[in-house]
Amino acid sequence: MINKNDILETIKMIEEQNLDIRTITMGISLLDCADTDIDKACDKVYEKIVRYARDLVKVGNDISKEYGIPIINKRISVTPISLLQSVSGGDCVKYAVALDKAAKKVGVDFIGGYSALVQKGITKGEKELIESIPKALSVTDIVCSSVNIGSTKAGINMDAVKKMGEVIVETANLTKDRACIGATKLVVFCNAVEDNPFMAGAFHGISEPEVVLNVGVSGPNVVRNAIKDAGKDKSMNELAEIIKKTAFKITRMGQLVGSIASERLNVPFGIVDLSLAPTPAVGDSVAYILEEMGLEKCGGPGSTACLAMLNDAVKKGGVMASSSVGGLSGAFIPVSEDAGMIEAVNAGSLNLEKLEAMTAVCSVGLDMIVVPGDTSSETISGIIADEAAIGMVNNKTTAVRIIPAIDQKGDVLEFGGLLGTGPIMNVSKFSCSDMINRGGKIPAPMQSLKN
Amino acid sequence: MRAIISVVGKDRPGIMALVSTECAKRNVNIVDISQTVLQELFTMIMITELDKNGDEFKEFVDYMKVMGEKEGLSINVMHEDIFNAMHKI
Repeated sequence: MINKNDILETIKMIEEQNLDIRTITMGISLLDCADTDIDKACDKVYEKIVRYARDLVKVGNDISKEYGIPIINKRISVTPISLLQSVSGGDCVKYAVALDKAAKKVGVDFIGGYSALVQKGITKGEKELIESIPKALSVTDIVCSSVNIGSTKAGINMDAVKKMGEVIVETANLTKDRACIGATKLVVFCNAVEDNPFMAGAFHGISEPEVVLNVGVSGPNVVRNAIKDAGKDKSMNELAEIIKKTAFKITRMGQLVGSIASERLNVPFGIVDLSLAPTPAVGDSVAYILEEMGLEKCGGPGSTACLAMLNDAVKKGGVMASSSVGGLSGAFIPVSEDAGMIEAVNAGSLNLEKLEAMTAVCSVGLDMIVVPGDTSSETISGIIADEAAIGMVNNKTTAVRIIPAIDQKGDVLEFGGLLGTGPIMNVSKFSCSDMINRGGKIPAPMQSLKN
Repeated sequence: MRAIISVVGKDRPGIMALVSTECAKRNVNIVDISQTVLQELFTMIMITELDKNGDEFKEFVDYMKVMGEKEGLSINVMHEDIFNAMHKI
């Protein structure tokens, strides 16, 4: 017999505290779509995605209704397209258009995998893909792109870092009539993971099976309310216990939804990603969790410590709740998607440098940060290099999703939907261009030599 | 399958009768029921057994929700598994 209070608690979490499954993401391998003729390859890509993901949205909606759990996004991730481009050559943007068309046909929210992994070096196909990103993201609506420029094992590819600074500026420039939205769909990674269900960084890694279903759970507001209910007299370790228990419940729900969806779609279940992903909805904020722990404003002293504990407790609670944990699994701290972060920036308590420190203890990195439109590509490359260095040395994933507000009026960029509203943040005026223009590589750190 | 029906609203006579009548009409068997009134707030949890496939069940979920709204009640019908997953190890 289920306890009545447990039932009411679950209903309260869903109805009042925005508890939801953030995404079910179907990973599809496109390796068998490679063709020396790019048009044929694009046809195969389109056909395969539509064939595999035909029922994804319907199954997601059905489960949502039957189990009473909102499933916010249905997404697709595919094999890094640079691999197909290496075989076909030609105008890489055609792949982006095919992905966009297929994703719209099956009705998903985003499709990720317009990607290249260049941490150790760049092949011809990868170079062509990276150069095509600005155009690809400006002529498509729901295609997401990511480039991995570093790893603990390989070091940081500084030539790619330099290039990505330019690509980000160009992508924002080509979409400046739409609040530079292209750059919101582009992530630069260090230590990218192959089974990440979250956008914009999802792609279907080459070690993944033919097709797989990954689930990303959410619930910052549930955690925040649990801390609030505990009161101010609880010690930090008592709070950690409360967060663990809450994360356990949230993850169990993700595990259940993932296993039902994979059964109905006849697709193997991959992983549950234990990430606390905020949304612009009121209260659904990671910043508010930190403030509930006792900070006057997120970004002030104590923020990194609170975030470290939160991130760790979420993992500890989630690990036991799922048969297979993977993806990014940590708290996200995107600025534009988190009402509390936006408030903290506007109040002056949160700046880029503090955010960088916070990314050392959580996933995933400098996410959804709007910078002034006149920020140079070298400065953006410098920010990418800093963030990648944190990831490389600490054996963790870090990412940069930064949006230069080129030719925009006002102090904020409105992206709409889950992407939210980004206040323009100050960037250091001191140049790093001589360093970026050196290019080359930052060698892999000692941490890589584990054998 | 088993479903949990939760009903929350301002207390008045006939809420339980209303919900159980709808259940009976739709061949939904009530196996357990618990109900309290706290500061005029009526709260009822029913564990029910029903023989409905996906589409029929979704239709029942919608029907109860709309019926509840008309009566000033918040009625949720949810699959039992979600509670088992979240609260039992």
